Parts: sequence; structure tokens; C-alpha cells
Amino acid sequence: MTNHNLMQISAITKTYPGVIANKNISLNIKSGEIHALLGENGAGKSTLVKIIYGLIKPDSGTMHFESKFYAPNQPSAARSHGVTMVFQHFSLFDALSVAENIALGMDKPPRIKNLSNTIESVSEEYGLPIDPRKSVGDLSAGEQQRVEIIRCLIQDPKLLIMDEPTSVLTPNEAKTLFKTLEKLKLKGASILYISHKLEEIRLICDTATILRGGENVGTCDPQLESAKTMAEMMIGRILRVPKKKSSTTSEIALEVRALDRAPETLFGTHLKNLNFTVNKGEILGVGGVSGNGQDELTNVLSGESLSKKNSIKLFGKPIGNLPINNRRLLGMLTAPEERLGHAAVPDMTLIENAFLTGKTGAGLLSSNDFIKWSKTKEFAEGIIDKFDVRTPGPHATARALSGGNLQKFVIGRELIQKPLVLVVNQPTWGVDAAAAAAIRQALLDLATLGAAIIVISQDLDELIEIADRLITINAGSLSKPRLTKGLSVEDIGLMMAGTGEQWGQEINV
Amino acid sequence: MFKLEKRLQPSQKWSSATPFLAVAGTMVFGGIMFFLLGIDPYTAIRIIFWDPLFNPMYADYARPQILIKAGPLILIAIGLAIGFKANVWNIGAEGQYIIGAIFGAGVGLAFYPNDAWYIFPLMVVAGAFGGFIWAMIPALLKIKFNTNEILVSLMLVYVAEKILVSMSLGLLRNPEGGGFPGSRNLQYYDAAANRELITGTGLHWGVLFASGLICLMYIMLNKHLLGYQIKISGQSQKATRFSGTNPSILVAICFGISGGLAGLAGLFEVSGPSGQISIDFNVGYGFTAIIVAFLGRLNPIGILLAGLLMALTYIGGELAQFILGLPAAAIQAFQGMLLFFLLAGDIFTNYKIKLTKKGGTT
Repeated sequence: MTNHNLMQISAITKTYPGVIANKNISLNIKSGEIHALLGENGAGKSTLVKIIYGLIKPDSGTMHFESKFYAPNQPSAARSHGVTMVFQHFSLFDALSVAENIALGMDKPPRIKNLSNTIESVSEEYGLPIDPRKSVGDLSAGEQQRVEIIRCLIQDPKLLIMDEPTSVLTPNEAKTLFKTLEKLKLKGASILYISHKLEEIRLICDTATILRGGENVGTCDPQLESAKTMAEMMIGRILRVPKKKSSTTSEIALEVRALDRAPETLFGTHLKNLNFTVNKGEILGVGGVSGNGQDELTNVLSGESLSKKNSIKLFGKPIGNLPINNRRLLGMLTAPEERLGHAAVPDMTLIENAFLTGKTGAGLLSSNDFIKWSKTKEFAEGIIDKFDVRTPGPHATARALSGGNLQKFVIGRELIQKPLVLVVNQPTWGVDAAAAAAIRQALLDLATLGAAIIVISQDLDELIEIADRLITINAGSLSKPRLTKGLSVEDIGLMMAGTGEQWGQEINV
Repeated sequence: MFKLEKRLQPSQKWSSATPFLAVAGTMVFGGIMFFLLGIDPYTAIRIIFWDPLFNPMYADYARPQILIKAGPLILIAIGLAIGFKANVWNIGAEGQYIIGAIFGAGVGLAFYPNDAWYIFPLMVVAGAFGGFIWAMIPALLKIKFNTNEILVSLMLVYVAEKILVSMSLGLLRNPEGGGFPGSRNLQYYDAAANRELITGTGLHWGVLFASGLICLMYIMLNKHLLGYQIKISGQSQKATRFSGTNPSILVAICFGISGGLAGLAGLFEVSGPSGQISIDFNVGYGFTAIIVAFLGRLNPIGILLAGLLMALTYIGGELAQFILGLPAAAIQAFQGMLLFFLLAGDIFTNYKIKLTKKGGTT
């Protein structure tokens, strides 16, 4: 079954002004295989799948699908051939029901009642329980992804493209997804699977094609490779894994007691009775599926939202009611998750963005609040040098930087101020392997110098790699802390009890 | 097919070229409009842009008038631009201008006929305070109840106009005016008059204030923390909070500055060129200043040039009405075109046009 080619891609090239996104890429996808597409950010994965899905036209090169010439000029043409795609970001309407959402994506939707029946039979067949009458706004991220997948499955795809599907899932939800993919594969369909997570590619994929700088640099059998060797193929050099040596001391740096905070927005999460401490030199990891209060926790720790005076203590000093700049002056800094629009302003230069948080810690203001621009420029250049931020210069705007480089800049901006306590939310989200390793190493180095660090992350491997102790957040509550040493990803999955578990349990029915 | 593609960096070239292109576009399409109205476009445009400055028949009268008109426009536009940069939309400068004039004139008239030196400075303070207070209404409503400041400030213009009418007919009416509406003429009351500082130039205290403020605004926006906070809050709410800026205070500051400056402009006008509080005291400076602020790219130097240009179209427009019988509405349409072309041109600062071909892949 796996011996004939479903899709042949030959010599695809696509250039944008100043960049070659895809350079002469050729690859074959066989029937009934799960084919991984690997590569760093900006390696050309997204461009390639968008070409296959008919969203972008290549400059040159050809594609053949089932041995016939294939050149979709729009996604509906791709779908009519049996090529479908699940995007990383969902395109669902919260106010509509599951069935209505699925009908919207179809070229000739049947009546909702008939469609609901089809949805139910498909969801049973693939072990993806979902109620077609429920409105999408009430579903968890994992369930919403199921809607996206069912939307594709209902069209009997021959090739399913998935872009980073597990980034929103708990380990158990991911396992269920893998079972679904196995079933789909047994039915003869192929899957083109994009992911950063090398372990999961080793687990489920039959073939992996690796892109680097827009070129196909090799195809391998992930079962025969290690995560490290694949990562090295991706970045084209030897990967230095951060070295973890615990530097925890017994002195408490930050203490959170009975912290309760009602959400500021309608859909925010209520933080309920949080209790934890972080010692000097320690890295505390906070795991959990996104949307369980991570952003609220970041804001309440940074000082963007205030709480009761005594609920947060920094070296014994109550700071719960202090605004963000006062906390910065005391040495407590934060790097929020959203790079563009929160940690940095897209249309401002790196110098101006450096001033954003550096004004207090790096002494960039004169006594009567005039800005020392030349000193700010040196400060920005210092960050760029020390954290290897690739940019034409400090005068470039933040949005001109790639995601990984901007992330290095916004994390570096806090690190360079030598904080006593640092809170980071998703420090390596959407960052390539080499940059992620550099950021993790920098966090470990800071802890060695005696800083207390809180790392909020959905990447469990990352938490295991750098955290000394781990807590998980679920619906605004925290679990008991556990020492990371000896914990497996499965253990952490169990710590994140709640919505994430349901999927895993329901399929046993 | 055309496609707009976002630029990585906003184009500096386009940003500085658009005002000139907008003026050129306005001349072309304004000319077409004049032609359709049965008027020779070349003559009309020459009368609007050239004659007020250089035609010896009109220049002696028109040149000082340009400064007289540009003064309040620039003063108001500076304040508005600070708010617009911060995404705080004060559309009611016209109302703040009226209330400032009423407060200032009221203080002056209260002292009549005393001629102490401190009366005019007191009026200046009162004028700024009047505009400030009027601007605080939309600001506080926005901070407390998150009301839309655009609507509230705009509606308050009409309230201010009613107060103006009531003042002209009641409290501030000239007791020796034979029952006509309108206050005493401050030009005949030395201690309260805002006179031309150098005869024949149109230069009065308001123009002087406006020039000084241009420098202050430049320094504040580029060198001071407040300028940074204004800039950042115009771009991203989350980043503003992250920078530790309190958005509510910023709203109050922006409204306070723009209201105070509009009030000042009103005071200089009522004590100077206009001379009295009357039913038709306001002539739309508060609204035209919005165009001036944008035409000047919310930039102090730009506002100076835009204010002068706008004043020129006013004076030139009056000349054209007088000489060619051009309707007043045509002049307003002409000024509106200027803003339209400017905003349209702005697209190219942030985007570039790409031609996309239809057809299969090669």
C-alpha cells in the first residue's frame, strides 16, 4: 500500500522580495504514510504547504497528484482533489454550532440535520467524540481542533495537511489525536505533518523531510534517528543542549499567598487561591494548557494587574498592590508571551522598544523624565550583541524581525538588567531549535547567578529541561509543586487534571 | 489585479511626499470641480494660492490675514495632534474654543472699565482654563464609563454653541449696545485687547504663543517620557500597560492639553481679531484644525506649514468668492479634498502596490 506516490512535488521555487522562501524543492508523499515536514522558523514549511493547498502560487515547479498534473489556484480546487488542511490557528465562529461551522467550510453544504448525522458517524468512526449541536464557543481548544479535523475528514481526504496540531493539546489529547491519525492512515490516506516537536515525529511519522533556508536538505526515517540528530539536520550544525545544574538556595525570593484575582475581561480566567514560593537561584516551571490562567498569572506577577498588598511578597516586602514600574525598580521583571503588541510595539524601533522596560532598570531617564536616547541606543545595541539578535541594526522596527530574533530581543532586554526575580511566559514559543536552546541556556545562567525565575510554558519538554520544581495551572488553580527530577511528560499530563483529561477518557467509551 | 502589501518599514519617502502630492491632487481635482462650476480653473487656483501672497492688489491685506487665521489653527492643531498620536480623539475643539473665549472675555469684561496690567494675563489663564474644563467632560466620562470620546466631545460643540448664544443675548450682552446681541468690543478696551504686536503683520499674542508651542511640542514628543507614553499608547494598548503607563491619566492629559490650547485660541481670537462674543463668533477653526493636524503629519513642523497652507486657502477662498463668485461650499469641498488625498496617500507609507497576474502556474 505504501509503495506508490500520492503526490510528487518537483522543483518548486517561490521568492518574495529579498527572500527565497522555497528553492527548488522536490519531495514525494506516498499513499498511506504520515510524512513529517521539519524545519526551523522561516525554513519555508508554511510556504510549501500553502502552495500545496492552493493559497500561494509557486514561481516555478510542478506538482502531480495521483499522477495527474496538479496546480490548484485556490483552496477549493485543492479540496476537490481531496487535499485538506488543518491550520494552527482555528477559523471557527464561536457563536455558531459545530455543524454550522462545518457547513460554512463546504462548497455545497447539505442540510444541517443530515450534516449532523454525518458528523456523528465520522466522529464515532475516528474516535473523536463531539456534539454537532454544541456551539463552538463552549468547546475547549482540543475540542475545537477536533471540529477542524472532522471538517476535513468529512470530505474523505486523500491528503490531510496538519500545521503544528499538538501545540494546543495536553499529552493525553495528543495521544488521542495520534490514534485518529493512525486510523486515517490505515484507510489509505496520507498526512503531511508539520511540527517542532521531534519526539512526537519520531513516534508517529514514517518519513521526514527536512527544510533549511528554503531548501530540501534531506529525507530520513525518523524511527532511525534521534531527536538530536534531526534537530542538527534542521539547523545545519551541532546542537548544544543546555546544561542543567541546579543552583537552588534556601532563601525565599518571591512568595505568593492566597492570591485571588477576578478576571478583568469577560472571557478571562479567575485566579483562585494561589500559593507558591520561589527561592533564589531556583527555576519554577508552570505547566498547563493555554487559556487556563497563564496570561492572568503573568499580569498579576508583573504588576500589570494589581492584587491585595500581602498576596505577593518580594524578599518579604509586600508588593501585591505595586504597579509594574515600581516592581521593576525592586528588581522584579517580566517577559510576557505575546512578542508583538505586548512585549514590543511592532512599529517602533528596537531602540524605542528597548526603552519600554529598560527605562527603570537601566537608568535611561534623567531626573526630570527626559529620555537619554544615546544611552538607550547603547542599551539596545548591548542586547543585540549579547543575545545574537539578527537585525540590520537598532533602528529596525520590531515587526521587521523574525519571531525568533524578536524573542531573543525581548527576553534579552529583561536578562541584561540582571533581575532578582524574572517571570517569563512561553519563552521559546515559535522559536527555532537553536534560538530556543540559547534562550534556555541564558535562563539557566541567570539562575546560577542567584535570580529566582518563574517559567510559564506549554512546552513540557522545556519545563523538564530547565525547571527545578514544577506546578501546573488548570482553570485558574495551581497544583502542588513537585520536583522536576524524575518526572516524565506523562506524570505532568496527569498533574494537569481537568478539561484536558476528558478527551483521553471519553474515547474508552 | 492590484494587491496591497504591507511594508516591513513604513516608507519615510512616502511619508514626507504625501502632503505635497495631496496638494497637487487637490489642485487637479479642485480645478476640475471649478471647471464644472463654469469657472476657469487656472484663474481660480491662482487666486487661491498665489494672489494672497504676491498680487500687490491684495497682498497688503491678505498677508497679515494669513497669520491671523493660521494662529488659532496651529494652536488648536498642536493640542489635537498630541491626542491623536495617543489614539485619544478630541473632535470637539470647536466647543473648547468657544468656552475658552467666553471664560476669557468674561473675566476681561468683569473688570471693565478698570485698566490694570494684569487683566490680559488673567484672561489668558481663564481662557485656557475654560477650554480645559470643557475638555475634561468627555475625558472623565471616558475614564469613568468608557464612553466614546469622539461622540461626547463632538456633541459638546453644539452645547457650547447654545451657551454662546445665551451669553451673547444675556449675561455678556453689551449694556450700551442698543439691545443688539453681542458683548462689548474688547478692541476698544485697552487692558483686555490682544493687539497686533507689529503693525501690518497680523502678528498677535496668539501667533507668538503658537510658535513657542511648536518648539515645546517638538521637545516633549521626542525627548520626554510623556512623548514616549503618548506614542506608545497610540500603537498598542497592551504594550502601554506593560510600559507602566496609566491609560486613564494619559487620556486626561491629552484632553487637558488640547482643550486648554483650544481655549487659548478662543481667547486670543475674542480679544483680538474678532473683538467680541457674538452669536456667530466661532467660524470652524476647531474642525479645520483637525485637517491641519493630519496634513502636518501630527508633527510640530508639519503643523506649522499645514496651518499656514490652510490659512492661505481660507484667504484665497475668500478672494475667489469675492472676485469670481465661487460658492463658499466649493471652498469647503476644496479643503476637504486636501484631507481626502492626504489620507489616501498615507496608504503608500505603510503599503506598496503589487501587480498580480491572473493565470496558471508556469
